[in-house]
Amino acid sequence: MDPVTRHTGVGVPLRRSDVDTDQIIPAVYLKRVSRTGFEDGLFSGWRQDPSFVLNQPAYSSGSVLVAGPDFGTGSSREHAVWALKDYGFRAVLSSRFADIFRGNAGKQGLVAGQLAQEDVELIWKQLEARPGTEVTVDLRERVVLCADLVAPLQIDDYTRWRLLEGLDDVGLTLRDVGAIDAFEEQRPAWKPRTLLER
Amino acid sequence: MGRTLAEKVWDEHVVRRGGDGEPDLLYIDLHLLHEVTSPQAFEGLRLEGRTLRRRDLTIATEDHNTPTLDIDKPIADPTSRTQIETLRRNCAEFGVRLHPLGDAEQGIVHVVGPQLGLTQPGMTVVCGDSHTSTHGAFGALAMGIGTSEVEHVLATQTLPLTRPRTMAVTVEGELPEGATAKDVILAVIARIGTGGGQGYVLEYRGSAIRALSMEARMTICNMSIEAGARAGMVAPDETTFAYLQGRDHAPTGEDWDAAVAHWRTLATDEDAEFDAEVVVDAAELQPFVTWGTNPGQGLPLSGAVPDPDSMEESQAAAARRALEYMDLVPGTPLRDIAVDAVFIGSCTNGRIEDLRAAAEVVRGQRKADGVRVLVVPGSARVRLQAEAEGLDRVFTDFGAEWRFAGCSMCLGMNPDQLAPGERAASTSNRNFEGRQGKGGRTHLVSPLVAAATAVRGTLSAPVDLEAPQPLVPA
Repeated sequence: MDPVTRHTGVGVPLRRSDVDTDQIIPAVYLKRVSRTGFEDGLFSGWRQDPSFVLNQPAYSSGSVLVAGPDFGTGSSREHAVWALKDYGFRAVLSSRFADIFRGNAGKQGLVAGQLAQEDVELIWKQLEARPGTEVTVDLRERVVLCADLVAPLQIDDYTRWRLLEGLDDVGLTLRDVGAIDAFEEQRPAWKPRTLLER
Repeated sequence: MGRTLAEKVWDEHVVRRGGDGEPDLLYIDLHLLHEVTSPQAFEGLRLEGRTLRRRDLTIATEDHNTPTLDIDKPIADPTSRTQIETLRRNCAEFGVRLHPLGDAEQGIVHVVGPQLGLTQPGMTVVCGDSHTSTHGAFGALAMGIGTSEVEHVLATQTLPLTRPRTMAVTVEGELPEGATAKDVILAVIARIGTGGGQGYVLEYRGSAIRALSMEARMTICNMSIEAGARAGMVAPDETTFAYLQGRDHAPTGEDWDAAVAHWRTLATDEDAEFDAEVVVDAAELQPFVTWGTNPGQGLPLSGAVPDPDSMEESQAAAARRALEYMDLVPGTPLRDIAVDAVFIGSCTNGRIEDLRAAAEVVRGQRKADGVRVLVVPGSARVRLQAEAEGLDRVFTDFGAEWRFAGCSMCLGMNPDQLAPGERAASTSNRNFEGRQGKGGRTHLVSPLVAAATAVRGTLSAPVDLEAPQPLVPA
């Protein structure tokens, strides 16, 4: 994973709450076995509406999505994160994220940054008044910048550290393989096994 | 101070305690796989030259993409077929036990695990599927994960996780006739909202929960994710032990005694404190239906479509959009809403008790004209059991379609879908826009309400049905 420290790009105002992962990418796009190429599925239900924000030229090259509360609810599909990244988004900002989405984003180098809802509203106003305005997400300083606004960015320390360092989780865990071995030694024998030869 | 059920299970699985803001590394007792969220995880293992750490704690089934008709023929959709074939190849290569389409143990991953007895109290269970919360009904800590985490578990049998907060959802009293587990959870989600459980593990407790069967508890835990929760749990008790004893993978003999003795220690201590609590009076619950496009937008069936103008600003915009999508007018009694389809099935309500309940409602009746009724067992075992009890005949005599097991119309990934503009009463778990097919409209309901709706053609409860009419010979 490439390290993420600071990103500046066109902000896209998505004035909707409860953007569930079925809206981010419908199930029909989940049949692929590859890890890339999901951009065509991103918000595909809504993109058929010409007035949808990503269909407006000023926003179509956006890379910072600014959404309403409860973003990423529903299905655990990591394809939602892949679709946002494949489209070109590097950060999503919202006042509240669903847990699984936030976790998936952190593992794929997509910043899921939490802002106060007042700050989201201020950014929306700015992005709508001046389409094409850029938003800066600064992980090192933990701030979001948009025109004159300097908004505190909330992200948990561990995810921020991993993003800044570009660390691979599996590699990190395997450093503790001795602890895993030791744990397995003391698991009760009656715990179930899936294989029939018991 | 005492600990909650969730905290006890958590503590028993810590491989390495995270310092200062770092997550704990948790051991995973059971990893369930299906075809949709696993291919990229196996590919990741291959690319890094890593191996599967514990194939004996891993099991796979085919469910999301599988058709529920003509299961002996090749899958028609080439992308679905590729995904299924990829799972089969991956399981063969890494030595994972797989229950493919046509196998007697195939079915929805969250129906299969419990019925095999693989889901047991005090375990950590994960799956690349948000409805993994279902397994919490056994007092397991069961969580949906993303594909990167699936890969992590395959490689290490652990996951780095941040300790969640705990919320008690206390349901005291006796459920009135006609109110079911589905109505309990829909009412809870309507109360706390789709984000209300965010960051929490919910523990369902109270006399109404204790009185529920294991399958009903699974229905409730299943939809914890719809309240935004990380997981949902019920403390194991005699009902749990009775369900487990004798199942394929349940311990036996001395192991059984040791296991039960341990499971009895898991219940939340008297002096434990939850970070939050919600109290629900069971006696006030009624059949519940959703009117909108998220599972929190629900009301008792006796109500009417709400008016966004009378809502708080924060809710009104979403409600307006939902009503536009659902093509509903404020003030319309919910019982007047006519449906095109009824779906009985899914990991929420596709178990044998759900099918029995629905069958009792429709027995001896004919479905409403023009309504398509799909009955889809959650697993091949459930289907066999239902057929042994003659339920398939009850449904087909009623005019319903009796299908093979799978996720079916819960999500638009297989041939069972709503057409644009079609409206369904569905026993599934999500009423998101397009969830059951592009442009489809979903009302989430219990099996009882689904069955009564199939009889009358409008959203209904069994109480709305007149005395059964004798069948007119065709």
